[in-house]
Amino acid sequence: MAQIKLSNLRHSYQPNPASDADYALKKIDLTWDDGGAYALLGPSGCGKSTLLNIISGLLVPSEGKILFNDQDVTSLPPAKRNIAQVFQFPVIYDTMTVYDNLAFPLRNRGRDEDTVKRRVAAIAEMLEVTDMLKVRAANLSPDNKQKISMGRGLIREDVNVVMFDEPLTVIDPHLKWKLRSKLKELHQRVRATMIYVTHDQTEALTFADQVVVMQDGEVVQIGTPVDLFERPAHTFVGHFIGSPGMNVLPCDVQNGAAFFRGERVALEGPVATAGDGAAEIGVRPEFVKVSAGGAGIAAKVRKVADIGRHKVVEAVAHDMRINAILEGEAPNAGDDVMLDFKQSQTRLYKDGWLASQPEGGAR
Amino acid sequence: MKTQNQRAWFFVTPVLLLVAFNALIPMMTVVNYSVQETFGDNLFFWQGLDWFEQVLRSERFHNALGRQFLFTFLILIIEVPLGVAIALSMPKKGFWVPFCLVTMALPMLIPWNVVGAMWNIFTLPDIGLLGYFLNHTLGISYDMTQNPIAAWVTIIVMDVWHWTSLVVLLAYAGLVSIPNAYYQAAEIDGASRWAVFRFIQLPKMKTVLTIAVLLRFMDSFNIYTEPFVLTGGGPGNSTTLLSIDLVKIALGQFDLGPAAAMSLIYFAITLFASWLFYTLMTMNDNKS
Amino acid sequence: MRLKSLVPILYILFLMLPIYWLVAMSFKTTNEILSGFTLFPQTWTFANYIDIFTDPTWYWGYINSIIYVTINTVISITVALPAAYAFSRYSFVGDKHLFFWLLTNRMAPAAVFALPFFQLYSAVGLFDTHLAVALAHCLFNVPLAVWILEGFMSGVPKELDETAYVDGYSFPRFFMTIFLPAIKSGVGVAAFFCFMFSWVEMLLSKTLTAVEAKPIAAVMTRTASSAGYELGLLAAAGTLTIIPGAIVIYFVRNYIAKGFALGRV
Repeated sequence: MAQIKLSNLRHSYQPNPASDADYALKKIDLTWDDGGAYALLGPSGCGKSTLLNIISGLLVPSEGKILFNDQDVTSLPPAKRNIAQVFQFPVIYDTMTVYDNLAFPLRNRGRDEDTVKRRVAAIAEMLEVTDMLKVRAANLSPDNKQKISMGRGLIREDVNVVMFDEPLTVIDPHLKWKLRSKLKELHQRVRATMIYVTHDQTEALTFADQVVVMQDGEVVQIGTPVDLFERPAHTFVGHFIGSPGMNVLPCDVQNGAAFFRGERVALEGPVATAGDGAAEIGVRPEFVKVSAGGAGIAAKVRKVADIGRHKVVEAVAHDMRINAILEGEAPNAGDDVMLDFKQSQTRLYKDGWLASQPEGGAR
Repeated sequence: MKTQNQRAWFFVTPVLLLVAFNALIPMMTVVNYSVQETFGDNLFFWQGLDWFEQVLRSERFHNALGRQFLFTFLILIIEVPLGVAIALSMPKKGFWVPFCLVTMALPMLIPWNVVGAMWNIFTLPDIGLLGYFLNHTLGISYDMTQNPIAAWVTIIVMDVWHWTSLVVLLAYAGLVSIPNAYYQAAEIDGASRWAVFRFIQLPKMKTVLTIAVLLRFMDSFNIYTEPFVLTGGGPGNSTTLLSIDLVKIALGQFDLGPAAAMSLIYFAITLFASWLFYTLMTMNDNKS
Repeated sequence: MRLKSLVPILYILFLMLPIYWLVAMSFKTTNEILSGFTLFPQTWTFANYIDIFTDPTWYWGYINSIIYVTINTVISITVALPAAYAFSRYSFVGDKHLFFWLLTNRMAPAAVFALPFFQLYSAVGLFDTHLAVALAHCLFNVPLAVWILEGFMSGVPKELDETAYVDGYSFPRFFMTIFLPAIKSGVGVAAFFCFMFSWVEMLLSKTLTAVEAKPIAAVMTRTASSAGYELGLLAAAGTLTIIPGAIVIYFVRNYIAKGFALGRV
C-alpha cells in the first residue's frame, strides 16, 4: 500500500495540444493517502476515466509525474505498478472457473498454490461467493460476474491501490445498494487505498471518506461528503451534489453586502476576495425557510413535489426559480410566500468560486 | 423470445420451392441411378444396393477417400493456425486495415479454374516464377507433373494461398469485437502474452472459428476445380481427390450407377463429418 | 512490434506473387514466354488483351458470366430476405430442421450434382441459358444468403418491429422503409457473397452451358488444354476475371470482416 501523489499532471489525446481546450486533463495536483477510500466524482467526459487510466498505467500522461510512496512510476507499465482495477463492465475469463478467475492474478505472479488457496478462500468468503467457486464464470449473473472482477482486484495483499471505474453501471438497482455496502465493508476489512470513479453522487458520497469532484479536466473540490454538501467550493459542486442542487442567484455586491434584484441578502460572513467577477448567491434548498408571512423575499409557489420523506417547493421570485425543501406542512401551488435563507448557510460566489468566509474567521 | 407464428411458412415458401427444385429432384435422380443398372436407351433394371456394395469395397474408392481425408486434414491443420496467427498480428485500426482486408480477400474472388490456371503458370518448371526459382535459383528439382510429392505440396500451397484469408477474416472479426477492457484487465492482472491469447482471445474467437473450421472442412472436402485444372489428378492418380474421381466415373466413363452410389456415400460422409465437427466444437457450451 | 507487422506484410506478398506473375505474363509476347524466364515483360504488348476484346467468344464469355451472376444475386437475395426474416423473428413447426436442411445444401459436393443438373435443366429446356446457371447456383447461394441475413437481422432488436406496428405501419411498408435500411450492410454482404460464389464456381456453370451462355472461365479451358503457346492469352483472360471481384470487394471493404463472420460476432 502506498501514498499516491500526482504532480503537475496534464494529458491530451492529441499529439500537439495547442490550447487548454485540447487537454483532457488540465494540471492536476493531488495526493491520495494510504488506506483512504476516495471517490472521483464528475459528469461524463470530465476526465475522470483518463485520470484513472493514468494512475493504473494504461495511459502515459503528456506531462507531469505519478509517485507511489515518492517513487516515480510514470513510465512503468500496469503490471509493474502493483495496482488493481475493476472496470465498468465485468471482465471475467469465460473459460475459467470462479476459483481460477480469482487465482489468476496471483498465479501470474508466481505465488505458490498454498497462498493462492488461502487468499481465494478469504476473498470468496468476504464476497460471499464461496459456494460458486467451482462454477464456470461464464454462467454467472452480471452482478456475480462483477463481484468476481472485484475479487480479482482485492486478491493480492500488497496492491498499492484498487480502482473502480463506475463498477455498478450494469448492475440492477436493487443489487447496486448491496454491492455498494459490500464494497464499503471490504474497505474497512482490507484497508487498501481505494479510488471509486462514478458520476453518481449517491455512490460517491456513501462510499468515500474523501470525494474529489472534477469538471472539464480540472479538480474543483476535494473534501468529505459533508464539506461538499455544506460548503461547495464552486457553484458546479453545488449544482452537481444534492437533489435538487443548490440555488444559485445572480446578485450585486456593494460594500460587502449582497443584493438580489435590489433586496439585501444576509451572507454567512465577509466577502473574501476582492475580484470583480460575476457574483452569485448560493444557498441549498435545505436551508430555505418558507413562511406565509414573515421576513425574506416575496415569491409565488409554482409547484410542490412530494418525494416521500420531504416535499420540494419550487417558487419564483423576481423571475428566478428557487427551490426549498420542507418537512411536514407545505403551501399549495399559486400561494404567495416569503423565502428566508439561513444566514450561516448563505454563500457568495464570484466567477463560480466561493468568495465568502464564515463569520469569525477564515477556514 | 420469438413469436410462435405458423404463417412464417409463407415467408419461407419461395426459398423452399427454389432449393427443393435444385436439391430434391437431382437428389431423386441420383438415388434412382444408384439402385439401377442401365444399358442406355433409357432402359433400367433394378439393381438393389449392389452399387453401394461395389463402391464401398472398391480399392479405388478407398484410395480416393484416403487422399481426400489427408488433403482436408492437412488443409485444416495448416490454414486454421496460420489464419489465426495472421489475424493476431494485423493492426486493429487505421489506414492499413481496409487495405489488408481487401488484398487478403482477393484470392477468394478469382474463379476456381483461373486459380488452377494461375498456379499452373506460376509453377511451370522453366518459365514459371516459382518453378524457375526452385529449379534454377535454389537448385531443387521441382516438376509437379512428374513428382507426386511436388504435386501434393503444390495443391496444398495453392489451397493455403486461396483460402487461408477466410480464416484470417473470420478470426479478425472475432478479435476486433473484444472490448479493450479485457486487454487492460489482463495487463493489470499480470497475464502473459500466451495467457491473453489462451484465456481472452481464443474463447472470444470460438464462434467464428467454429464457422471457419466448418466452412474450410466442407469446401476442402468438396474441392474439385482447382486441383483438377492444376494437376488433372496426376501424376498417375496421386492427386485424384474424391470429387475428381467422381466426375471421372460419372462424366468420363458414364458409369451412372456406381457414380450415383458414390455421390450418396460422399454426401453422407460430408454431412456426418460436418455434424461431428459441429457437435464436438460446441459440446462445452451445451454442457454448462 | 516490428516482427508483428512483418507477418501480414509477408502474407500479402505471398498472396500477390502468383497474381503478379499472371499479370506480368499477360503483357508478354508468346515469343518472350517461350524463349525463357524473364521477371518483367521485356517488350510490353497489349496484343493478348486486344485479342480478347475483338473475339466474340472471348468477350461474350465475360458478358455471359456477368449476366448469370447478376440474375443469381437478385434471385437469391429476393427469396432469402423474407425467409431470413421468418427464421430470425418467428418460431414455427419444423423451423430448426428446415434451417439445417437448407444448410446441408451448402455442404453438398458440386460434383454430386453435375450430372443430375445437366439432365434436369435439359429436361425443362433451360440448358445453355443464363437462367439455368443462375438457378443452379441458388442451390448453395440461397442457403448462404438466408444464413447471413438471419445473422444480421437477429442483431436488430425486435422492438423496432413492434414500434413500427404501434406507429401503424403495414408489414410491407415497415419491411421496405424501416427494416431493410436497418440491415442494409447485411444485404450488401449477402449480395457480395452471392456474387462471389456464383462468380468463382465453375463445375456447374460449365456443365450447364455449351455455347450461348458459356462463362469466361470455361472459355479459358479451351486455351488451357492447348497448353504452351497461348499462355499469354490465357493470362490476360485470367487477369480480367480478377477485376470484377476486386471492384466488388472495394464496395464492401468496411463490412468485410463482419461479413465473413456471417454477422455473428
